[in-house]
Amino acid sequence: MIASVIVRSDVLIIGGGMAAAWAAIAAAETGARVIVVDKGAMGTSGVTATGGPGHWWVPEDPGLRREAVEKQAAKAQGLGDPEWMARIIDLTWRHLPTIAAYYPFGSDGRGGRYVQGVRGPEYMRALRRFAEARGVTILDHHPATELIADGEGRIVGARGIVLATEDAWEIRSGATVLATGGVAFRSGLIGSHTNTGDGLLMAVEAGALLSGMEFSISYSLSPAWASTRTLPYYAARFFDTDGCEIDVPPPKAGHAHQQALGAAMDRGPVLADLSDAPPALHGLLRRIQPLTVAAFERRGIDLWRQRFPVRLFGEGTIRGTGGIRIVDADCRTEVRGLFAAGDTASREPVAGAVSGGGAVNAAWALSSGRIAGVAAAREAQATRSGAYAPASGLGRAGLRPRRAARTLDVPEIVAAAGHEVHDYRKAFWRRADQLRNSLEVLDTHWHTLADHGRAEGRALVELRAAVAMTASARWCLAAALDRRETRGIHVRADVSRSDPAFARRLLVGGFDQVQTQADGPLAEVAA
Amino acid sequence: MIAALVAERCTNCAACVAACPTQVFEPGPTAPVLARVDACQTCYLCELACREDALWVNPDDADASHPPLDVLLASGQLGQVRRDHGWDEPFDAGQLDDYRLLGPLLNEGAEIAARRYAEQG
Ligand SMILES: Cc1cc2nc3c(=O)[nH]c(=O)nc-3n(C[C@H](O)[C@H](O)[C@H](O)COP(=O)(O)OP(=O)(O)OC[C@H]3O[C@@H](n4cnc5c(N)ncnc54)[C@H](O)[C@@H]3O)c2cc1C
Ligand code: SF4
Ligand code: SF4
Repeated sequence: MIASVIVRSDVLIIGGGMAAAWAAIAAAETGARVIVVDKGAMGTSGVTATGGPGHWWVPEDPGLRREAVEKQAAKAQGLGDPEWMARIIDLTWRHLPTIAAYYPFGSDGRGGRYVQGVRGPEYMRALRRFAEARGVTILDHHPATELIADGEGRIVGARGIVLATEDAWEIRSGATVLATGGVAFRSGLIGSHTNTGDGLLMAVEAGALLSGMEFSISYSLSPAWASTRTLPYYAARFFDTDGCEIDVPPPKAGHAHQQALGAAMDRGPVLADLSDAPPALHGLLRRIQPLTVAAFERRGIDLWRQRFPVRLFGEGTIRGTGGIRIVDADCRTEVRGLFAAGDTASREPVAGAVSGGGAVNAAWALSSGRIAGVAAAREAQATRSGAYAPASGLGRAGLRPRRAARTLDVPEIVAAAGHEVHDYRKAFWRRADQLRNSLEVLDTHWHTLADHGRAEGRALVELRAAVAMTASARWCLAAALDRRETRGIHVRADVSRSDPAFARRLLVGGFDQVQTQADGPLAEVAA
Repeated sequence: MIAALVAERCTNCAACVAACPTQVFEPGPTAPVLARVDACQTCYLCELACREDALWVNPDDADASHPPLDVLLASGQLGQVRRDHGWDEPFDAGQLDDYRLLGPLLNEGAEIAARRYAEQG
């Protein structure tokens, strides 16, 4: 493919959520020329923009910080890294307040500002303005479709599509940061339409490995007609359509709570009853989360008094922990010139085997973004060269089919990936035989995509998203199959205990043959 | 899904075209066109971007229908989320003064559920 627009930057950042924005700001602060490309628009796309990230927030008191790290390390079930935890606490504490010129921080109720939790749309608007003020070039609606590498395999930029014209673009960079978010497999999860795992795909095509992909079972409870934020539903009771109350352990029970809901939803519609919700919430919900109120008001439903149907929306790796394996303190991947940040990177260093949602993931996205941005800028300065070296595209499936190109049923392929990962029965009761069946189904789709997939313009972007979701689903399921134990949010119905032999991270990669291997010095996990 | 663009209010400023993360809108001669409704993720963020309160998102993520225009105009829902957010208000307007209560209210809900479950045995 000949690119019609070729641009050059020191640092190229792929993605436009909070991790991308913090990476861009930090890189630009070092004096580097920075370009951000987003599939959507920086400010509105990604799960940061529709969420309300509470950040891990621990004051600068050595005792408090030590205690916070110890608690989190225990939660991480052997897969965390206390050094990383301490680092992201510190970076978050120092940098989140720096958005003050662009974000209307509210009151902390004691005469100060409340900083740690920020409302998504305002936060992403602030980060965009902050990045613009630092001189970052933001290209909205410019999805990346593949990375490009020089003769030695070093990443020297990316290619993609200008959605408005459907032309191709190519950007040459000294270093590249992947910040494309996690993958929610088009479950309808709020804000996740563009989160299709493209960064995972591009990284593995370049030779990177993933880690923690088995920790991808997490769901958001929402009204059946659309995914919202979950604040109103914490005290909910649940009923079937005959009015019989369903036995659902409370949200604090974690997996058991979602499992009971999943089982009930598998049997038939489930209605939520919010009459037990904290009374103060009635008046305050609109002040805190106006969009959640709109989801009911516009249907004429009084959510505090009327029962309404609910559903679980899959979050894939978003409030899970899996992603690209980070190999050093600078957020490098195994591939030269390529960095990863936010939900695209594995969050095992800070969350281990449990969900990082609720505070840790946002602190990670901010911190890993800043770390990757600074390191990428430094690397770009060291490798700056005058001429364009010859480079080639690393994308395979969807771009360079192995056999005759054919029109494929892309929506069906996407639906299959989502179904195999998120189906309640399969996800809440993972079993080896079931996981193998799912992998078989997806292997077939994979081969079809790799053999025959090809498209141009906007259709190419959607085809590559289907490729990314199919590949990501296979990585999640293969890792789930090979972690033959229950740990954190990875719950196996056929091996219900944790096994000390598995107290290590599990790497996964590959396309035609998906392969796993144990990370670190410990013995290899047999496939 | 995005369901209505009230043409009589629209100034064709194209803010929604730029803001929509899934490129639902195409620029048009007098107003943007809802060109790719199927890609809509029901995020309401175009409504925040529209200073004329000309857009209405159906809260159902699979339904792009809207009430008759006169009903919609009288409903007060056009621009409601923008006003609730205090989106275009000055930064000292107090639009996020209750935001700190999110965590405590969430925990209170979780406590209520845990207590109730324990009592039920
Ligand atoms: C409902 C909800 C509530 C949450 N609440 C909390 C919380 O309270 N605390 C907490 O710590 N965490 C929370 N999380 C998790 C937290 O929001 C995420 O960890 C964080 O927002 C991730 O930021 P990100 O920049 O990595 O990804 P995102 O914000 O998802 O951004 C990814 C970006 O990449 C772009 N992109 C994708 N593919 C391409 C491509 N091919 N080319 C170019 N761009 C591309 C997308 O368009 C998007 O802009 C929550 C998540 C959800 C879903
Ligand atoms: S933002 Fe509102 S006024 Fe501007 S073009 Fe869109 S609908 Fe019209
Ligand atoms: S609701 Fe969101 S996705 Fe739908 S048109 Fe508006 S901005 Fe676009």
